[in-house]
Formats: sequence, C-alpha cells, structure tokens
Amino acid sequence: MTENLSIEQRGLRESATFDRTTIAAIQRAAETGIYDIRGWGAKRKLPHFDDLLFLGASMSRYPLEGYRERCDTDVWLGTRNAKYPLHLSTPVTIAGMSFGALSAGAKEALGRGASEVGTSTTTGDGGMTPEERGQSKHLVYQYLPSRYGMNPDDLRKADAIEVVLGQGAKPGGGGMLLGQKISERVAAMRTLPEGIDQRSACRHPDWTGPDDLAIKINELREITDWEKPIYVKVGASRTYYDVKLAVHSGADVVVVDGMQGGTAATQEVFIEHVGIPTLAAIPQAVQALQELGVHREVQLIVSGGIRNGADVAKAMALGADAVAIGTAALIALGDNDPRYAKEYEAIGSAAGYYDDFQDGRDPAGISTQDPELSARFDPVLGGKRLANFLRVMTMEAQTIARACGKAHLQHLEPEDLVAISIEAAAMARVPLAGTGWIPGSGL
Amino acid sequence: MDTLTIDNSPAPFPTDTAKAETMSPNHHFDLAATPLREVNSALHGDISGEIVIDNPAGAHAVAAGVNAPVKITVNGHVGYYAAGMNQQAEVVINGNAGTGVAENMMSGTVIVKGNASQSAGATAHGGLLVVEGDAAARCGISMKGVDIVIGGNVGHNSAFMAQAGRLVIRGDAGHGLGDSIYETRIYVRGDVASLGADCIAKPMREEHLEELAGLLKAAGFADDDLSAYTRYGSARELYHFKVDNASAY
Repeated sequence: MTENLSIEQRGLRESATFDRTTIAAIQRAAETGIYDIRGWGAKRKLPHFDDLLFLGASMSRYPLEGYRERCDTDVWLGTRNAKYPLHLSTPVTIAGMSFGALSAGAKEALGRGASEVGTSTTTGDGGMTPEERGQSKHLVYQYLPSRYGMNPDDLRKADAIEVVLGQGAKPGGGGMLLGQKISERVAAMRTLPEGIDQRSACRHPDWTGPDDLAIKINELREITDWEKPIYVKVGASRTYYDVKLAVHSGADVVVVDGMQGGTAATQEVFIEHVGIPTLAAIPQAVQALQELGVHREVQLIVSGGIRNGADVAKAMALGADAVAIGTAALIALGDNDPRYAKEYEAIGSAAGYYDDFQDGRDPAGISTQDPELSARFDPVLGGKRLANFLRVMTMEAQTIARACGKAHLQHLEPEDLVAISIEAAAMARVPLAGTGWIPGSGL
Repeated sequence: MDTLTIDNSPAPFPTDTAKAETMSPNHHFDLAATPLREVNSALHGDISGEIVIDNPAGAHAVAAGVNAPVKITVNGHVGYYAAGMNQQAEVVINGNAGTGVAENMMSGTVIVKGNASQSAGATAHGGLLVVEGDAAARCGISMKGVDIVIGGNVGHNSAFMAQAGRLVIRGDAGHGLGDSIYETRIYVRGDVASLGADCIAKPMREEHLEELAGLLKAAGFADDDLSAYTRYGSARELYHFKVDNASAY
C-alpha cells in the first residue's frame, strides 16, 4: 500500500550530503567519464542582494515624491582617460555574450533593447557582428585571451574596449564552445575548423600581470587614439587586489563579475566552486577604489545575479556606478519560457531549469546556431521585451532611491542598507537589521 | 608640448615603395624629441611614402595601429607591441623588438633585424613577420593566418594553439612546440626540444616544399636547403572532447 503514500509519509529520508542532485551527478560521471559542462552561473544558494533591505526615509530622512520629484539615472563611464566616455541613460548595461554562444538574432535583440533605453551592450568571444554593431548605440568590444575575431577595424568601431581577464562563472578559466555551435559562420569568424570543440585560452597571449597589462592598455589607447574608455573585467575572487591592480594598469572602468554571473559553457565544478559571491566582491572593490582615491573617477560595474531594480539599487548603494546583466537579459528575451515547456522536457530539461546552453538545442532560439531554432526568435520583439525589462529595472531602482530621499541613483549609499543575515552583513559590510553590528568590523 | 618634427630630406633606406611614390613627402620623427602619441597620431593620419623613426629607446607601441601602405623604418630597439595590429604597412625595425611585436597584425610586413622577445606575431591574422635573429617563448601563439619566418631559434610554447598561417623556424625550437595546434603549418630546420600536445611531424609533400620555398624567399632566405626542414602540424586528436584524451587537456 506504500505506493499511494508520499515520500514524507513513507518516512524516507534524503541525505543532505548525498541528495538527489549529487547522486545524479555521480551516476552521470560514472556513465560518461567526462565532467559536466553547462551554461548559466552558480545555482547554489548564496548570500545575495535578497539578504539586504533598504531603510526607507521617515523622520530622520525625508523621501522624494514618487513620479514627481526628479531622480536621475544617467551614468558616465570612462571619464578618466578617454576622449569619448560613454554617457548612458540607465546604469543597467548588457554584459558580454558572444555570437556563437548566442544566435545572431539574439545578439541583435540585445543591441536593439539596450539602444532603445540608452544603455550599452557588449560583444563576446568571437568578435563583433554587423547585426550587433548596427543595432547597438553604445557597443563595448571585448578583448579576450583567445582574440577570436579581434581586428583593429572593429576595435575602432567600438565605443569602449573591455579587456577581459576572467568572468565570475570561471575566474581562472578559458572559454569553451562545443562543436554543435561552431557553425560555418562562427568558425569563419574565429578562424577555426567547423564543428570542433573549441577550447580557448585562460591567459592573454602577449601579456602577463599588471605591469604588462599597463603596456597593453597603452597600446590599445594608441591604436584607437585615446578615444575610447578601456574597461578591465575580472571574475570575483581576490577582488580587493585585482581591482587595485586594474586601476594601476590604467583601467578607466573596472568590471567585477561575481560567481552568479552566467556562462555559455563551463565545467559545473568550476561554476559552483570557484570565485566568490557578487555581494562579497562589491565592498572589496569599492574599498580598493576608495583607498586609491579613484572611487567614481574609475567607475565600477558589477555583474552576477542582478535580476531587478532592487538588485540594481543595492549594488549601487554599496558603491557600484553601474551594473551589467546577462542571464536576466536572456530570460527577458524569452529564455526558459514556459511556452516551450514540452520541448525543454524533450531534451531532458524543464522550463525554468534549462542551462544546457552549450548544446545549441535551445527551443527559444537564443543560445543556438541551429538555423531552424534561431528562426523562431524574433529580434525586434526580443529587443522590445528587453527594453521593457530594462525600463522596469530602472524604474524600480528609482522608486527605491526616491524612498531613500535620493535625487540620483548614485546618491544611494551603504547607510541606506541593512542585512537580514549575519553572512550578508559581514560580506556587504552593512549592519545586521535592528543592530549596529557589522560582523568583522570590530565594532 | 613638443612640436612634431617633419623632415623632408630623403629617407636613408630607399626602397621600391619609395620609387613608386616619389611625389610623396618623407617623414622623419625623432622619439627623443617628439612624444610617441604625436608620432602614432601622425601615422594614423593622412600619410604616405616613407617614414623614419629614430631613437625609439625601447618605447612601447611604436607604429601600432597603422593602416596605410607606407614604409616605416625604426632605427633602434623597440619595446612591447611594435607595429601592433599592423595593416598594410611595411615596417623595418633596425634593432631588437620587445614582447608582442606585430601582435594581431592583419596585413603588411614587419621585419625585425635583431631578436624578438616573447609572443612575436601573437594572434596575427595576416601579413608577414620576419625576425632575422631569434624569437623567445610563445612565438606565433594563437596565430590566425599570419606568416612568420624566424632566422634563428624560437623559445618554448611557440605556435601554442596556433590556428592558421605558417611558421618557419630556421634554427631550433624550444619545448612544447605547437601545443594544442589547430591548422597552422610549422616548418623547422633545426632540432625541436619537444612537441606539445597534439602536434606531430608530417610528411613534406611537393606543395609544402613550394610553400616553404616561397616563405623563405619572401623573408630573404632563398638559399636554404629545403630538404633540411621538417613539417609539423596538428594530429587533430584533440578537436573533440573525448574521455581517452583527458590527460592531454
């Protein structure tokens, strides 16, 4: 008669150490003999922005009138050295994602959506496509270890250059794009044989360390006549030191990507076990910038698990100048849409769980190079959806900023925040709610 | 700020390019007197004919980002990334070159009369890089279509992940030559300390002898005995992830 009883009713107990996910991973490894590769970022539960709350104004501070009193959202990026810094209407930017990882239509949609609201989008490993350049008002060109598709003509067409040292999903790891996605066009852009499993380098081929990077950045400035802001992107790990060294190397903007930041294809073990949470990285980055006296002069962009306007406001209150979204942008385009539920299940996943971006079988036509699947995706509609999402995030952040009495998103400050867990309080360096206690501060 | 020094006297290294453009002015920059920024800015502007750059004194990014069919002669040693991302220009360096000479070159020619440091010709897509002396480690790393001819030896991990183009080494190669190589063809006259993962010796067929002869001729080494060279390339065993290759990754 046990078949009609639930697991709990039958008194079965799942191991916390060997839960079903762990058992499945062991069984999969035993069957295939190779590690699991997937997309998305860290899926484990981590201290995050949800563990922070804003202290809305009341007696001690007064709020601004919602919808009436002005609360600006614009941001300047790259003001330190560039002749033409970027001036964006919203601090929510689009993170680097490659053509190859994504379909050409998805890249076009990212450009369309970003441009509609006056923010920037970013290329990825594999170079710049005409679709993307054409639809992007502000396009950041990534300069990666592989240098796939890197050429000076595109460098000059870019509005900013992002030297990528790493990403949050895999600090210390190189790129990966499996053969299913190395189509004829992708292969040609990357100078690779069609259909191979691409492994790209984790270190740049012609510089090592911050002293070399300073010379490299100088070369990029010389080639582009000191016109463009130069970003340096690091995956969050030793963030305090990395940000200091990035500034010493001459970065105009530092991008810090926490471990929740997404990837198109990385080893599961890397995604879940290397790097630190976004929440832990921001205060380290801000401290480094403040100690060097360049906070706000060298702008800080934070990414990794930014999902809504509250996350934007919290990142900015902790000291970021802007944020970047990747996974959330793909979801806005239609990734993991429940209307494809049956198709996700047919490929062994489920809507809301799909992370096999490396497989190139995305029913939504986003993380694929398959012509039929790609054709399902409408770049114009996708762009509209992304623009809507970016507007909502910006308005949400404004709502919070006004409630805290701020006339600009950048006026948000750590004093506006408290934490609801000891871990988050220690990482974010804000007090535990209802106390004055910041763990680790000695106070 | 120092003013730009433009000297219309004849260039000291007349070439065919000069003959073809006798109406063009010649430009003479002295890096001891003119900031690099002004020199590179002038090289990115409306410029033609022959350009001479004196006193580089190890400066970095000398003549980086040029995109014009000009001849540039640099008299002295240069630092990192000389002629970086070159397009069309013929650049001659009468001295040694630091890290990343002609990195990511797209077209044109870069000739280093002395030795080159690490990562010579890194990621370059096209054109010809000649180092008449030795090149250090990682020569031709991630090369994407450039032709590189080294007069002497190369250091370790040369042609690492080399994707396309040809690398000719007239001397010896250090450890790990061609590690994880894709479709670049390597020709070595001397000894190879060791080959990297997935790089193997391959038979020298007629088309390869022709290719090698053409490269040596273009680099000014036409008299070499072609039979002394061995060809190396990819075994293509690592093109797909396989369990049995795990130790090679």
